[in-house]
Amino acid sequence: MNRLDQLEAQSIYILREAFNRIDRIAMLWSLGKDSNVMVWLSKKAFFGQVPFPVMHLDTGLEFPETYAFRERYAKEWNLKLIADACPPLETIDDSLPPASRVAARKTAGLKEAVEKYQLNGIIAGIRRDEQSMRAKERVFSPRNAEGTWDFRDQPPEFWDQYKTDYPPGTHLRIHPLLHWTELDIWRYIQREEMPLVPLYFARNGERFRSLGEIGITFPIKSTASTVEEIIAELEVTRTEERAGRAMDHESEDAFERLRADGYM
Amino acid sequence: MAENVVKLQSSPAASPMPSHAHKDLLRIVIVGHVDHGKSTLVGRLVYDTDSLPEGKFESIKAMSERRGMPFEWAFLMDAMQAERDQGITIDTAQIWLKTKGRDTVIIDAPGHKEFLKNMVTGASQADAALLVIDAEEGVREQSRRHGYLLHLLGIRQVAVVVNKMDLVNHSQDRFHTVEQEIRKYLGSIGVTPQLVIPVSARNGDNMGVRSANMPWYTGPTVVEALEHFSPTASHGDLPLRFPVQDVYKFDERRIIAGRIESGRLSVGDTLIFSPSNKSAKIKTIENWSPDDKKALPMTAQAGQSVGITLDEQIFVERGDIASHVAHAPIETEVFRARVFWLGREPLKVGGAYKVKLGTMEAPVRVQAIERVIDTTDLNTVAAPQVERNQVAEIVLRARRMIALDEFQTHPRTGRFVIVDKYDIAGGGIISMEGYADQRELITQRSTNITRVEHAIPHAERWRRNGHKGGVIWMTGLSGACKSTLAVALEKRLFEKGYHTYILDGDNVRHGLNANLGFSPEDRAENIRRVGEVAALFAQAGVIVITSFISPYRSDRERARSAAGEHFHEIHVKADLATCEARDPKGLYKKARSGQILEFTGISAPYEAPEEPELTVDTAAQPADACVDTLIAYVERNFRI
Repeated sequence: MNRLDQLEAQSIYILREAFNRIDRIAMLWSLGKDSNVMVWLSKKAFFGQVPFPVMHLDTGLEFPETYAFRERYAKEWNLKLIADACPPLETIDDSLPPASRVAARKTAGLKEAVEKYQLNGIIAGIRRDEQSMRAKERVFSPRNAEGTWDFRDQPPEFWDQYKTDYPPGTHLRIHPLLHWTELDIWRYIQREEMPLVPLYFARNGERFRSLGEIGITFPIKSTASTVEEIIAELEVTRTEERAGRAMDHESEDAFERLRADGYM
Repeated sequence: MAENVVKLQSSPAASPMPSHAHKDLLRIVIVGHVDHGKSTLVGRLVYDTDSLPEGKFESIKAMSERRGMPFEWAFLMDAMQAERDQGITIDTAQIWLKTKGRDTVIIDAPGHKEFLKNMVTGASQADAALLVIDAEEGVREQSRRHGYLLHLLGIRQVAVVVNKMDLVNHSQDRFHTVEQEIRKYLGSIGVTPQLVIPVSARNGDNMGVRSANMPWYTGPTVVEALEHFSPTASHGDLPLRFPVQDVYKFDERRIIAGRIESGRLSVGDTLIFSPSNKSAKIKTIENWSPDDKKALPMTAQAGQSVGITLDEQIFVERGDIASHVAHAPIETEVFRARVFWLGREPLKVGGAYKVKLGTMEAPVRVQAIERVIDTTDLNTVAAPQVERNQVAEIVLRARRMIALDEFQTHPRTGRFVIVDKYDIAGGGIISMEGYADQRELITQRSTNITRVEHAIPHAERWRRNGHKGGVIWMTGLSGACKSTLAVALEKRLFEKGYHTYILDGDNVRHGLNANLGFSPEDRAENIRRVGEVAALFAQAGVIVITSFISPYRSDRERARSAAGEHFHEIHVKADLATCEARDPKGLYKKARSGQILEFTGISAPYEAPEEPELTVDTAAQPADACVDTLIAYVERNFRI
């Protein structure tokens, strides 16, 4: 088994655990590269089915190419799509820095969806190598009734035994890509010949390395217009993947605050 | 809309998979006592392997200055505000190094006793470990405990880093003292460190480049040491273990899904599912590919998450372990384990917990805590409970038969976690020392058996004899006077006109059980046969008296189920000291001197009955009085 096979097998194991152990789950589909890999892995795990809804937390601020991708592949991949609108900016804590406040609309949208669809588990495509708070995550990560993350007291997790017993009112985040790196994701996309939103590929000397909302996500300078070129670029780059995400950099603890409150 | 979507043009044939996909990934955990410099070492390692992202150095510098501190490498991994403000690692984190030849993941683990659960979480994912020890402070409590836990977690590749050498003036003598101490400790738990390296992580001495301050050290630097480790091999060469994770029926296929923990399987193989012991052949190995063009695989191996269909629709459920028939797992409801305990509440004898082993879950009770091990000095004590962060050897009993393996031979299916209420509160590795595999005892080999109905009802036989038939099953330690009581009881019952007969240990081993030895399996089979023969005597209307130590509850329960309601368990009780003082056959003496191994009460367990029909205490009462009690019991219970 090569490295991609190992990563794939581990993620499939996690997805199957989540599906078996938790009643009422949904998968977050941000339409970015990682969540596409997650949908793809689900089809492998469940032999062509995606047996739970996929959820796009829609701020109305996605790029047109992103919406086009959603319409096409929700149909082609036979997904049960939930795409409710996130609450407006005015309802969000105004003590947050501006970009974080925009991002926090997704947290609020998620909280609404958890309640509306009575979800006990949310599958999210975060990875440890993206951000140092995410590096501390568990594969099965509990959230309390308010959706907040008690990152100072996380359950032990070892030998692929995940904590799935909880008192009522708890809900779980499941992170099947936690052990993947950005390069792993691109290698896998290459191997599996997966489709992607075209914004990842360079046009006029720019491309998006990390895809988010208009106004708080910025492209990087790049000439990489194919998957091969992107992989070559990433092998030598020294910048961080989320350098183009404004909300990560507004203050030292901006991302910790976002995540503690339930952001992905 | 379609033009907005890029469909990739590459195909595996046109562009061969670049090297990365085949590059090894090595996962290394950094462990050790609090404040011995683990996070600093990680930060420095990232820097010295040139793996630091752009701007990170500057942002760490800014964070340090904001707190009025000198440059703090630990801030790279200690992402929480609380960690940075208190200068302590709370939870484990991971970071990727760009090393030549292979990729390396560094797992930072907290050293504070409070956060041992987080250390275990981090360390359990590693292929190898660096144990960091402060040169000035030397080997401390968590240095030892972490070393011990690495061993329990199955991590065999360990190197020691003696850090902060600058604080001891780079003294070779001090280094040797610390090296001797840690080598001695690790050696005593069976761990041999591959290297012991003197470093100053903060200053970079012997991290990426050789230190000019310690010319006396000529071994590898820490970065070089990483190349001495290798990724954990998959368990493809071990017997097949395929725990069932789920059974899917999304379409006409009934797919049994799971991950192969060890060995391999192929289409056409006959699988046996334990503990239900049903078998069937593999019809297909299922797969999904986007265009359904790829042919289904014919074989799959350890590490793969697969789905199979069977040629027969047998009932299979999550938690069953599939294997090949010739190398099936152990079946038992009692097993021994070495556990580490992380629970808020102590682990207690008699306590009810849930065990998760692979995909199986089973309620268990703690039958015994045999010893609690102090990881600081490896002394053991007898204790009624295991406190948080302690290690112990315990015996667990499940309510039903479960399938498992010994850790030593099958690491993946020989380990489990213990759940206390909602929490994962401990982990353990299994040993069956002294306990039998019960697979052979419960598997019915012959089929097409029809019971012959007797033409004579029980009641008719009893009326002719003037009493009921049944089994008087005496259990107790060697020297508890079972045989003495049995003989006296039989004689008095005979004189009173009862139809009675004794089955005695030594006698049956001359004939019926002449082919059995004294292994745990043979002992269990010995008792199984006695139980079956006793049940036949009882059906014939006789009061059969058996006199066997029969130390295991599971064996006695089997005898009870053979005889049904006519089974009477009599605990012939006497404390170990009394039995040993009597020592009628001189066996205790031999056991104490090591001439007899696995002697009940000395070096093998005696599981006292929980709810015997009758207890007679031969240490408290003379034999005659005990026999009187027994006679009264028989007269009361065998009356028609």
